[in-house]
Amino acid sequence: MPNKKLKRVDIIFSEDCVYKDVLTDGLKKSNEAILKEILDSGLRGRGGAGFPTGLKWKFTSQETEEEKYVVCNADEGEPGTFKDREILTRVPLKVFGGMAICAKVIGAKHGYIYLRGEYQFLRADLDKAIEEFHAYLKEIGFDFQIHILMGSGAYICGEESALFESMEGKRGEPRNKPPYPTISGFRNKPTVINNVETLVYAFMICRIGAGKFQELGTTDSRGSKVFSISGDTPIAGIYELELGMLLEDFVEEFGDGDTKAVQVGGASGFCVPRKKFKDTIIGFEGVPTGGSMMLFNSSRSMYNVLKNYVEFFEEESCGQCTPCRVGCQQLKKGIEAIKKGEKSAHYLDTLQKLADTMKVTSKCGLGQSVANSFSSIVDNFKEEMIY
Amino acid sequence: MPEIKELVKDLADKHGRNRESLLPILQGIVTEERFISDVAMAEVARELDMSAALVYGTATFYSFLDTEPRGKYVIRLCKTITCDMKGKRQILKIIEDLLKINVGETTKDKNFTLLETNCLGWCHKGPAMLINDEAFTELDEDKVTEIIGDYMRNV
Repeated sequence: MPNKKLKRVDIIFSEDCVYKDVLTDGLKKSNEAILKEILDSGLRGRGGAGFPTGLKWKFTSQETEEEKYVVCNADEGEPGTFKDREILTRVPLKVFGGMAICAKVIGAKHGYIYLRGEYQFLRADLDKAIEEFHAYLKEIGFDFQIHILMGSGAYICGEESALFESMEGKRGEPRNKPPYPTISGFRNKPTVINNVETLVYAFMICRIGAGKFQELGTTDSRGSKVFSISGDTPIAGIYELELGMLLEDFVEEFGDGDTKAVQVGGASGFCVPRKKFKDTIIGFEGVPTGGSMMLFNSSRSMYNVLKNYVEFFEEESCGQCTPCRVGCQQLKKGIEAIKKGEKSAHYLDTLQKLADTMKVTSKCGLGQSVANSFSSIVDNFKEEMIY
Repeated sequence: MPEIKELVKDLADKHGRNRESLLPILQGIVTEERFISDVAMAEVARELDMSAALVYGTATFYSFLDTEPRGKYVIRLCKTITCDMKGKRQILKIIEDLLKINVGETTKDKNFTLLETNCLGWCHKGPAMLINDEAFTELDEDKVTEIIGDYMRNV
């Protein structure tokens, strides 16, 4: 599959866009026209899972319930991700604009932003921006209201059904799926839940058109994406890049010359070692990411990296299902025992099997994705796990 | 504790008395009191007419809804790998020395609690910490000493 060259893009933060114009034009279009535009653009969710955004909107619009909701998932908690904070700080009105256009398409009167507790300091500015936005909606006669609900430091609430539970005042424990949110989401009503970045792209697609967006990226990964780049890099920060680039080109641009591995997609993503940089495409056809790119140079112990991730999962597992609750604890105990020499190196194979079991038996994405980082780090850096 | 009773009533007046109000009310208690005591949980249960077990179960699920006594200022230092790589351990040691407590503890004068937390979303500017709701980034020895010093002088 042909890959793309690394290219910086300026869509999300672009200042050459008056949100009022985009919104007024967008709201004038027919629902069918907007849906067609979003579907044609090939936009997929930017939170990590990558479900086609247009389909979410379409399915929800087809539901006949009177009460429907738009929810903006701003519970950005994946280690190494900080793009949603930046987006909410710099272009909050574009996020609201995306919510309003979605609300028009599906027929919702209320939208909710679920903001992680760690970002409480954004609250005052967001409230002010919402006030401005509501005033404009009133002026153009569009009936839609945005509310903010706060999280309280639980990573699992970024999982959509756990997020609804939390919004309903409960423990953030993921629900069984199906039914999916498009049928039964917040308050068991049809709900579109999109990541912060996805909503801005949807909004911008209404402005630039599906064609322009489609020119960027590859067949499986259309468009561009905001990356959160951290770790051993001289230029850590937020970058909007075209999807489909080779990891090799990425490291060439952002590495410090001694990059040994890149963790793509945070703790729940995959670790790619140097020897695979040239064969790895960043996108849904290769290694997908919600934006997190952590670079490690040769001075870093991959055992410490893995231990940090496993501890993270052990703490953040909601404890509801056994494979994830017990699995995370055992993975942590297991790698510590091997490192101390209390268990033989063969025990790593047993732990790999456990991780694979968690992948197929855990209830939600958290437990299912622990194996991603576990297996990719253990496979590629076995000697560092043992000695 | 009449103050707690009043606080819970005020919060319930503001957020409502149904299940959906529970989280905002608990968050409101933490903002005012820094933690949710057993008495406060019982009071919320009474005010919202739900079981205390339900309130307890919800509160203890969330790491920011502390149910143990906390200081006036709660320091949460990010322990995710990227902050760790940028010198988080050294920062932790400095704060422990300044406040003369270990991580997880509260100072005797109840002014500071020192905790570690998962990713705060400042990975490009690590090490990072929150003091209550305010974020501090790119910490080094001088910077963290100055910040903690300022707080210690102003309590």
